[in-house]
Amino acid sequence: MNIETSPIWVVAHQENCHLLPVTPQLVGQARKLADVLGTRVGVVLLGHGVDTQTEHLIAAGADRVYLGNDPDLAIYHPEIYTDVIVKLVNEHDPQIFLMGSTSVGRELAPLVAARLKTGLTAHCTDLGINRDGILEQKIPAYGGEITIVCPDRRPQMATVAQGVFPGPSPDNGRRGEVVPIQGPFPISGRIQTLEIVMDEPDGIPLDTASCVLAGGAGAGDLDGWSKIAELATILNAGLGCTRPAVDEGWAELETMIGQSGKMIRPETYLGIGLSGEQQHMVGVSGAKVMIAINSDKKSPVFHQVDYGIVDDCRAFVPVLLEKIRQYKEGQISCQ
Amino acid sequence: MLKIVVCIKAVPDPKEACNLKIDPVTKTLLRCDVSLVLNPLDKHALEAALRIKAETEAHICVLSMGPPEAGNIVKECMALGADEGILLSDPCFGGADAYATAYTLAMGVQKIGDVDAVFCGMASSDGATEWVGPEMAIMLDMPVVTMVQELTTCKGESWEVKAAWENGYRRMQVRLPALLTVTRDLNTPRALSFSGIIKARKKVITQWCLDDLGVPAERVGVKGSPTIVTEMCAVENRRTVAFFEGTREEKAEALLQKLIEGGVL
Repeated sequence: MNIETSPIWVVAHQENCHLLPVTPQLVGQARKLADVLGTRVGVVLLGHGVDTQTEHLIAAGADRVYLGNDPDLAIYHPEIYTDVIVKLVNEHDPQIFLMGSTSVGRELAPLVAARLKTGLTAHCTDLGINRDGILEQKIPAYGGEITIVCPDRRPQMATVAQGVFPGPSPDNGRRGEVVPIQGPFPISGRIQTLEIVMDEPDGIPLDTASCVLAGGAGAGDLDGWSKIAELATILNAGLGCTRPAVDEGWAELETMIGQSGKMIRPETYLGIGLSGEQQHMVGVSGAKVMIAINSDKKSPVFHQVDYGIVDDCRAFVPVLLEKIRQYKEGQISCQ
Repeated sequence: MLKIVVCIKAVPDPKEACNLKIDPVTKTLLRCDVSLVLNPLDKHALEAALRIKAETEAHICVLSMGPPEAGNIVKECMALGADEGILLSDPCFGGADAYATAYTLAMGVQKIGDVDAVFCGMASSDGATEWVGPEMAIMLDMPVVTMVQELTTCKGESWEVKAAWENGYRRMQVRLPALLTVTRDLNTPRALSFSGIIKARKKVITQWCLDDLGVPAERVGVKGSPTIVTEMCAVENRRTVAFFEGTREEKAEALLQKLIEGGVL
């Protein structure tokens, strides 16, 4: 097959039969890349009761949806999903294959890539096509950005976190084809998903909060962290964090902001006690107003924000909290 | 007896890793000395194996790929209680991406032979791809569970584990031989003990090179890597900062006003 005309593929990520936001975002980006290369966009959708979602994928830019709609595919099973996808890829030879950096994608992508003996770039923050028609995959590293390519093997595979690319405005007039994936889907005996349990996330969701606070190693300890959490509550803001805060056990992995976590665009971002690591900052660089508090005036974080406060956040945050309380009380007594 | 391989990586100390920077002019990494430490997540993988060994008869082999200096980190794992340490080291192995790294380590596991379980940290602090564990599993034809946060039952041939999932968890049943990648939630790793260090002095690290693994040079290192880095660039200042000056009170007041202005309050 002529590599230039082979399609660009995306794995659709869904939860309870609804597409996760990363799915149309990836389809939209695949559409842009496909238009540069003059090729088609294919989407693989696996689950049970997901057939109603195919129109959304087509509206987002898909030309063809490979639909595996079967009780055996209802719940994510690493080996069945890998087998189905590898077989499809071998039949259709996509040149580029994208997945979301979701729980499923982070496990499925390397399983598929290893089976196909191809390269896989983790948590890209941009994707483009170079002059040779090769996919350029950008990731933040070493305080800058590096470009990775997979020149010889196909497909060129990458994962991308939710929020990296904007969701396309759906074009309900677009037409596409739905191709059913034929079973049976043999169950592997050596691994089994017993159950997947999902809780409602705590606090204000980071993706939609208009103000987001992020705390880092500068919090010092759990006490320092709880002050930052208090600040988020009083500001009605989402509370995110950097990798060190997760490492210290102060914050959950789900609240990590950055390349391998959440990619967000709040109106206001307030970074507290963090050093401005590229892997974190790339997740909030689209914020409208950015403010940072750090005890070191030379910290790289101050090259990446609009307003800076040089102070130890452990001493500063309690003072700020008090100011906000006074302000709020004043507001109430004025009414 | 249960044979567990724990894959570990010597990484630049995360506390000093911010010193690794791209030179804006040459667009290559600025040379600097950053000390190597045991990848933080791998400590949890080793701890899991040590706890199993405390319950049942088990042999723990620590496996790593890296430069000869990484031998010290393998030694550290032996001081923590591993029975055997193997370092895959050869100039040919250098510059490997996740795929070539997974292949080389998988060949190491295969050479060790009769392995019941392979444990890895879910990611390394420097590479941060999360791919090496699951890719090894494919190459070894083992089932894999990534991001394991609890070993619910690990007796007999069939284990039950709990693994991280967006806003929740999943429970998986997996038959040995299997590969697990682990998260920080799994356990609290033990600290090095003086007696452990003394005992480890007598233990010998095995070093295997390309010929020992018996694999072609095209499959490892740069040559065996499907992906390559084509460009590095330093990121310019994105924004110009205005500092709030004055006493702590004054700075807090200025920030409060900024938050009111921005509609946060």
